[in-house]
Amino acid sequence: MGKTLFEKIWEDHIVKQIEEGPSVLYIDKHFIHEVTSPQAFTGLNNRGIKLFRPRQTVATADHNVPTLHQELPIKEELSRLQVEALKKNCAEHGVELYGLGHPYQGIVHVIGPELGITQPGMTIVCGDSHTSTHGAFGTIAFGIGTSEVEMVMTTQCLLQSKPKLMRININGELNNAVVSKDIILYIISKISASGATGYFVEYAGSAIRSLSMEARMTICNMSIEMGARGGMIAPDETTFNYIKGRRFAPQGEEWEKKLAYWKTLYSDADATFDREININAAEIEPMITYGTNPGMGIPVTGHIPSFSEIDDKERASFEKALRYMGLEAGVNIKGKKVDYVFIGSCTNSRIEDLRMVASFVKGKKKAAGVEVWVVPGSHQVEMQAREEGIDKIFEDAGFMLRQSGCSACLGMNEDKIPAGKYCISTSNRNFEGRQGAGARTLLASPLTAAAAAITGMVTDVRELFN
Amino acid sequence: MQKLEIIKSRFIPLKIENVDTDQIIPARFLKATTKEGFGKNLFRDWRYENNDETKPRKDFVLNNSTYSGEILVAEKNFGCGSSREHAAWALKDYGFHAVVSSFFADIFKNNALNNGVLPVQVSEPFLQKIFQQGPDSELTIDLGNQKIRIDGTGEEESFDISAYKKTCLLNGYNDIDFLISIKNDIEIFESKKHSENSKSYQLV
Ligand code: SF4
Repeated sequence: MGKTLFEKIWEDHIVKQIEEGPSVLYIDKHFIHEVTSPQAFTGLNNRGIKLFRPRQTVATADHNVPTLHQELPIKEELSRLQVEALKKNCAEHGVELYGLGHPYQGIVHVIGPELGITQPGMTIVCGDSHTSTHGAFGTIAFGIGTSEVEMVMTTQCLLQSKPKLMRININGELNNAVVSKDIILYIISKISASGATGYFVEYAGSAIRSLSMEARMTICNMSIEMGARGGMIAPDETTFNYIKGRRFAPQGEEWEKKLAYWKTLYSDADATFDREININAAEIEPMITYGTNPGMGIPVTGHIPSFSEIDDKERASFEKALRYMGLEAGVNIKGKKVDYVFIGSCTNSRIEDLRMVASFVKGKKKAAGVEVWVVPGSHQVEMQAREEGIDKIFEDAGFMLRQSGCSACLGMNEDKIPAGKYCISTSNRNFEGRQGAGARTLLASPLTAAAAAITGMVTDVRELFN
Repeated sequence: MQKLEIIKSRFIPLKIENVDTDQIIPARFLKATTKEGFGKNLFRDWRYENNDETKPRKDFVLNNSTYSGEILVAEKNFGCGSSREHAAWALKDYGFHAVVSSFFADIFKNNALNNGVLPVQVSEPFLQKIFQQGPDSELTIDLGNQKIRIDGTGEEESFDISAYKKTCLLNGYNDIDFLISIKNDIEIFESKKHSENSKSYQLV
């Protein structure tokens, strides 16, 4: 019987199988950041051992960092201490750190692919649930907790049980103005915030094949938002062209050898999945969320469900979400006033996202009273945007281009959305308080977010195309 | 890690679905570099009005002194969202040894198990039966026999846990010690893999 893409990579990394238990899975690449690593380093130090494979480990500072004046010391003391602890730990254990001020600094899931560190066929982990992003390259990539970070630091291995496998096929033509963020918000709205728990998802089909690497990363990034352990896409020419020539990409003979291997990474025609879902790309409209989990998504042109459309069992959470969001059941979402627009996070902060927003807003101005932050996913993205004159377009439109980091994706650095305010955000989570205590998040694509910046309200971006 | 065998205790009912780890411990409390002290910020934004410790929200169950115990009982899909292990540390630090729900998010489940907090997955009807019990009612969770019982009514249900994890919890072993014990195998695997076709990646 044939094998799935997942199985090919999984089996290639089994060190040992424990009887009636998990597998010992070898990890090729370990990304670390300041928030989920300090306790793991303490664990190593308590045992008096050094990090086992520093050359397979890369660190960055992203969650806690300010996105203005990064040249100055971090004002908030605890954030500064955490970033300093990372620096000290990396120095002591011989780990490459792309910290503040380094030309490669950025959000961990943006820099891995950008530097060519993320390559097909690898196992990749990080103490961060959006590690699933790297699956866009045909890798097994997933988020882990700090105890597991310590296991990888100690032995480059994890104990893992094989997840169930799901394939989501998206075939057909995408509608005008529908981008990959809309695809994934649509999928999650269909299968719910817990619908893929216990599964590893492979995305396939002609609509996926037609996407750029950046767009594929956006989809894999949000796999965790439907509960999946991770998401992946089989590598193809788009993948190989993206990797070629990047800083840590293989070269010469090594490239040829790897390429030959990468070309074997796909699900065989007779491979079977525990669950398969088919989606017609033409059904998907520009999407937005109205509630407090990413499964609460609707088309921008749609209405918030009315009580009669909600299952009795879901009613309490639905009511709670609407209360938090200050929204009413049954009404249209279009026209809802917004206060903040956040374009950034590991979901949508790559150069292609910034280009897409820039080409849309060129010559337009933001609405009065709306604060618009564009936060590049890495220092390299910021530099590239400046080189291409994108910074000028944003400036003319009244958008603020900041420096790289997680920023308003999560309320743990200086960039927070004030309580009660509405923020249309290209990030991945609309949980209560995610962008700051009391903040109200509407998740959408960069285009839909940019359209709201121009009009000051939730807008169908297609109405602004001329 | 502490050994875990039988947990017999009253419970705290949290009748909320999709409790994500951002609620269990909000991001702004993740700045510590140790594992201790997270309990006081457990469910922080549900517990206090405007983040003010002098203003506990009366309608939140942790502030209701009629309920207490080492077991938290929550509606389905507990622990979704961020991978932060701080969520498990916060529950443990607060004094919970087990969480009962009809569905758990994957990463949370692992994190809980790695910290000696037992996730007990029960059927939806059984969960609702627990919620119907009064504040004085006790639950018994017997890890060895993989059973959970409502002491007052005697009703019980079995729950799943991997044989490996069960052994770890019963004996207080953890994964790291095990992995260190097989380091030799890991090194053999590495040398084979690198010589094969160096699929494995190293930074230059
Ligand atoms: S951008 Fe947001 S989701 Fe991505 S790594 Fe940072 S905090 Fe996590």
